[in-house]
Amino acid sequence: MTRRLSIPSPHRRGFLAGVAGLFGTASLGGCDKIADSAWGTRTLKAGEDANLYVQRLLLKPTSLAREFSEADISKWFKPNGTIDPEDTPYKALAAKNFSAYTLRVDGLVETPLDLSLEELRKMAARTQITRHDCVEGWSAIGKWSGVPLAEVLNKAKLKPQARYIVFHCADTMEYAPADEAAADGDANASDGAAPAGKPIRYYESIDLTDAFHPQTILAYDMNGKPLPVSNGAPLRLRVERQLGYKQAKYIMRIEVADTLAHVGQGNGGYWEDNGYEWYAGI
Amino acid sequence: MAATSTPAPPAIVDPPRRQWTFRHPLVIRVAHWINVVCLAVLLMSGLQIFNAHPALYWGSKSTFDTPALAITDDQTDSGASRGIVQIGGHTFDTTGWLGLSTYQGEAAARAFPAWITLPANQNLAQGRRWHFLFAWAFVINGLIYLLYGIGSGQLRRRVIPDGDQIRHFGASIREHILLRFPKGEEARRYNVLQKLTYLVVVLVLLPMMLFTGLGMSPGVNAAFPFILDVLGGRQSARTLHFITVNLLVLFVIVHVLLVIVSGLWNNMRSMVTGWYTIENETRREGEIAR
Repeated sequence: MTRRLSIPSPHRRGFLAGVAGLFGTASLGGCDKIADSAWGTRTLKAGEDANLYVQRLLLKPTSLAREFSEADISKWFKPNGTIDPEDTPYKALAAKNFSAYTLRVDGLVETPLDLSLEELRKMAARTQITRHDCVEGWSAIGKWSGVPLAEVLNKAKLKPQARYIVFHCADTMEYAPADEAAADGDANASDGAAPAGKPIRYYESIDLTDAFHPQTILAYDMNGKPLPVSNGAPLRLRVERQLGYKQAKYIMRIEVADTLAHVGQGNGGYWEDNGYEWYAGI
Repeated sequence: MAATSTPAPPAIVDPPRRQWTFRHPLVIRVAHWINVVCLAVLLMSGLQIFNAHPALYWGSKSTFDTPALAITDDQTDSGASRGIVQIGGHTFDTTGWLGLSTYQGEAAARAFPAWITLPANQNLAQGRRWHFLFAWAFVINGLIYLLYGIGSGQLRRRVIPDGDQIRHFGASIREHILLRFPKGEEARRYNVLQKLTYLVVVLVLLPMMLFTGLGMSPGVNAAFPFILDVLGGRQSARTLHFITVNLLVLFVIVHVLLVIVSGLWNNMRSMVTGWYTIENETRREGEIAR
């Protein structure tokens, strides 16, 4: 090849390095190893931080999720997650149509509350027809009636340190692995034994921005009827600008907290402790 | 003209057969390869996310019984499992590829096979983390590309056909179909089909991926409800996201094939170092005679 030119020649070393790098990144099998490492997990979480930060910039506290008309309501509102809690205390409540149910509100509040369904129904109410977006990708539209969470929180009066609202639910998701004492004690005991730990019941949390949002309600009715068991009776959360797993069902207790460190494994929710984002606005 | 074996007299200077031309500035090269990595991760993690609910709908909500598209598995009359794709009322057997495929030596009922999802096993949470992190990288990289491309005039030069190119549109298509690639001065610019393709990819399909992706976010929906009106609802957004990525995959296949056919080494070198060689149209006498 004749090259009688004054233009600098191509940088072949750079080219080879580039090609090598390309094939390096192309072997994506290595990605799973990265994702499972500690720093990989931390790095991957950076996307969630960016999503929360930017969405909080874009969303006014009062930006509303779209509300739909009666005609848009899904014929079948797909129940997901727990659809029939196996827990004995819950079954006892359900057997009496939740007449003995009380919602406990405690933690960083001036006045801890125990509210019956009747009391909740007497408080200010809001009805909204909204779209429920499952993290899996599907959507369903339902009509929800309930008491705005802000009403309940104002009634209990938050202490100044309050930052998070934690929902403790009735349904067992799994049993904790055998505790240390059992593990240390008898190695043979695990042989075919039933789960030794205590039940891990569903838990979720939101911050005050979402807690005081006008569409954030504790719903007791769905599509004009008392909430069915499969959809979270007697009380579930609607936090309409986030995904389905934030909409805690079977709520038994609302705890006001200044940190999420003590909640489950410290990520703020059951699914969060299983790798999902705490901020589920996307 | 008869071929002659007489060599050209040395006094006549041969024009160089090739010329070096600096085709791709650094920003464009770096942005291109970052984009390759981003799109690969986004595609593979996106298919992982799709697998969590492998059905598409139109409108705001899911009509579970009547999806527009579903990738699932069922049993044949003989009781054998098979993977199927349902589009409208039609069912296609896609065993081994879609709906039912092999993972670690065992049959796995999953829409897209493990070898193309990130992570390979079913893990929606991790798929989402990959997807959103690289979505940010994709957006930032894309913004740098667009700002640089507009500011430097590179974008206009690359994607807007020149007047004469539009006038010779038909001829250009014919050349392209015959895989005849331009030489000489004409090779200094993209041909009209290239320009229009890049125009659609850079200014329509890639932004559409972002827009339809944001259309699925309940938070973004509340901040900018018009997105839902434009796209026809959240499930429509998801369907359009899927359709658009299919068009992008089609583009990448054609793009890579043409890169190979029109000179793999030259093209790769130019996208790594910036330098591209052009064959001159002026040929030596011996060649003209052929």
